Amino acid sequence: MIQSTRQTKSVSRTAASRARRRRGRHLRTAVIYATLVLGSLGIIVPVLWTASVAIKSRAQLAQYPPRLLNFPMHWENFITAWKAAPFTHYFFNSVEVAFLAVLGTTVSSFIVAYGFARFRGYGRNVLFIMLLATMMVPPQVTMIPTFMLMRFLHWINTFYPLWVPGCFATSGFNVFLLRQFLTGIPRELEEAATMEGASPLHILGRIILPLSMPGLAAVAILSFVWNWTNFMGPLIYLNSQSKWTLPLGLMNFQQQFTPLPNKMMAVSLLITLPIVIVFFVGQRYFMKGIHLGRSLQ
Amino acid sequence: MVTIATSHQRRDNRNFYLWISPWIFGFLVFQVGPMLFSLYLSFIHWSPFGSSQWVGLGQYIRMLHDPLFWKSLKVTGYFTILNVPLSIIAGLAVALLLQREVRGFRFFRTIYFLPRALTGVGVAYLWVYIFSPNFGLLDHLLSYVGVHGPAWLYSRTWVIPAFVLMDIWSAGGGMVIWLGALQDVPKTLYEAASLDGATPWAQFWRITLPMISPVLLFNLVMGVIHSFEVFSNVYVMTAGGPGTSSLFYVLYLFREAFPGFHFGYASALAWTLFLIIMAFTLLIFRTSRAWVYYETEVEGRR
Repeated sequence: MIQSTRQTKSVSRTAASRARRRRGRHLRTAVIYATLVLGSLGIIVPVLWTASVAIKSRAQLAQYPPRLLNFPMHWENFITAWKAAPFTHYFFNSVEVAFLAVLGTTVSSFIVAYGFARFRGYGRNVLFIMLLATMMVPPQVTMIPTFMLMRFLHWINTFYPLWVPGCFATSGFNVFLLRQFLTGIPRELEEAATMEGASPLHILGRIILPLSMPGLAAVAILSFVWNWTNFMGPLIYLNSQSKWTLPLGLMNFQQQFTPLPNKMMAVSLLITLPIVIVFFVGQRYFMKGIHLGRSLQ
Repeated sequence: MVTIATSHQRRDNRNFYLWISPWIFGFLVFQVGPMLFSLYLSFIHWSPFGSSQWVGLGQYIRMLHDPLFWKSLKVTGYFTILNVPLSIIAGLAVALLLQREVRGFRFFRTIYFLPRALTGVGVAYLWVYIFSPNFGLLDHLLSYVGVHGPAWLYSRTWVIPAFVLMDIWSAGGGMVIWLGALQDVPKTLYEAASLDGATPWAQFWRITLPMISPVLLFNLVMGVIHSFEVFSNVYVMTAGGPGTSSLFYVLYLFREAFPGFHFGYASALAWTLFLIIMAFTLLIFRTSRAWVYYETEVEGRR
C-alpha cells in the first residue's frame, strides 16, 4: 500500500517534469523558428525590394517615402532597359567565354585529379601539396606577367586570356575536390572490371565517369559562377566594346548613361538570373553539407 | 617478382605524369613562371618603352614612404578584423540552427544559401541602391525606428561597415561547410555528455567546438585571404571613395598596374600582399596547435 502511493507520487513527478521539459522544447523550437524567419527576411527583403524598384515608373520612383509596391507595375522596364544598350551582344560574349572556360576547367581538372587519385608516381605527395599551395597565391602576383605574356601572344582584346589558362587545371581547389571524389570510389570496382576484360578506357568511361558526376557537376557550377561574374579579367583584357562581357557592359551602362535606378535594377537582376538558375538546379550537390573532414588533417 | 614490381612501378609512374601533365604545364607557364617574373619586376623600375633599370629594394623602400600604401593597408585591415569573425559567427550560427532536420529546414537552407548565388557586378549595383541615402532600403527601414541613416557609401565612417554588412548578408551560405563538419561529430559523444547531465551550452563549448575546430581553422584562413582580396565590389561601388576611405589594397594595386602602368611598383605591392597573407596563415597555424583538436592526436597517444 505504502509502496504503491510512493510509486504513483514518483510517476506524477516524472510526468510533471516531462511536461516541463516538453514545454521547454516547444519554447526552444519556437525561438529557433523565429530566428530562422527573421534571418530569412533579412536575406529576402533586399532582393524583393530591388526587384520592386525595377518595376517602378519614373514618377513612382520619385515618390517619398518609397513604397514596396506601386500600381500599375511596369514589367516592360525589363525589356526597355535591356534594349537601352547592346546587352544581348554582351550576353552572347559572356556565354561564349563561360562555356569554353567551364568545359576546359572541368575536363582538365578531372584528368589531373584522376592522375593524382589513381597512380602512385614519384613525388606525388609533394606535387599535390604544391597544387594546394597555389590556392594561397593571390591572383595579383601573377596578374602583370600574365598580362605581358598575353600581349606577347597578341591575345589582348580576345577571349583567350579568359579561358585558356583554365584548360590547364590551374584551379587547385577544383582538382582537390575531384580527387576527393575519385579516391572515394572503391578500387575493387575497377579490379573486377579488369578481371572481366574491360579496357582501361572502357573502365574510365563506364565506371569512373558516371560515379564522379556529382563532383563534376559541383566543379562545373563553381567555375560557371566564377567565370560569369569574372570582372578583373575582362577589365584587363577586353578593351573594345564589341568584346565586352556583361559585367563590363553593365558598368559602362551605369557610367555613360547614368540610367534611372529602375533600369539599373532591372538589368542587374537579369544578368544575375543565370547564376541563380544554375544554383537552384545544382543545389543538391551543396545542400547536404560539404565534408572537408579528414582532408584537413 | 622484383622485375614485375618495378615494371608495375614504372608504368604507374608513366601514367601518373601523363595524366597530370596538363597541370604541370599550367603550373609552370601560368603560375610559377609569372610568380618569379613578378618578383623580378618588383626589383626593377619598369618602363613601357623598354629602358628598365634595376633598383634593388627601391620599390619596397618607396612603399614604406607611400601614404596611400599605408592607407590601403589600414582600410583592408579594418575590414578584415570586422568581417572575418562576424562572417564566421553568422555561418556557424545558421548551421547550428539548421543542422537538425526540422520541418522546413530544406527551405531555409535554400534561402540562406541564395546570397551565394547572388554575386557579381549586378548584385554590387543592387547594393548601391540599397545603401543610397533617403531612397535606399536601409535608410528607409532605419527611419521607422527614428534613426536618420548615415549616407553609407558616401560616408567616411560608414563605408567600410557597409561593405561588411554586404558580406554578412551572404555569410549564412558558409553553413554548407559547417554542416558537413557538424555531421562528422560522433553522436555518441553527445549521448555520453547528456547522461552525465551536461547542458546544451556546455556540450557546444566542450564537444562541438573542439570537434569542428579544424574547419574553424580552415574558415579563418580562407576568410582572411578573401578579405585581403576584395576588389570588384569596391571598384564599381565606390572606386575607393569617398576620398580614400575605401581604398582597399587590391584596388590600389590594380590602379598602379593598369591605368598607371607602374609594373615594378605594382609587382612589389603584389608580393607584399602575398607575404602578408603568408604571415597571417603561418600565425594562425602556429597558434592553432593550442586550440585545434585533431582526432589523430588521440590515436597517436594510444
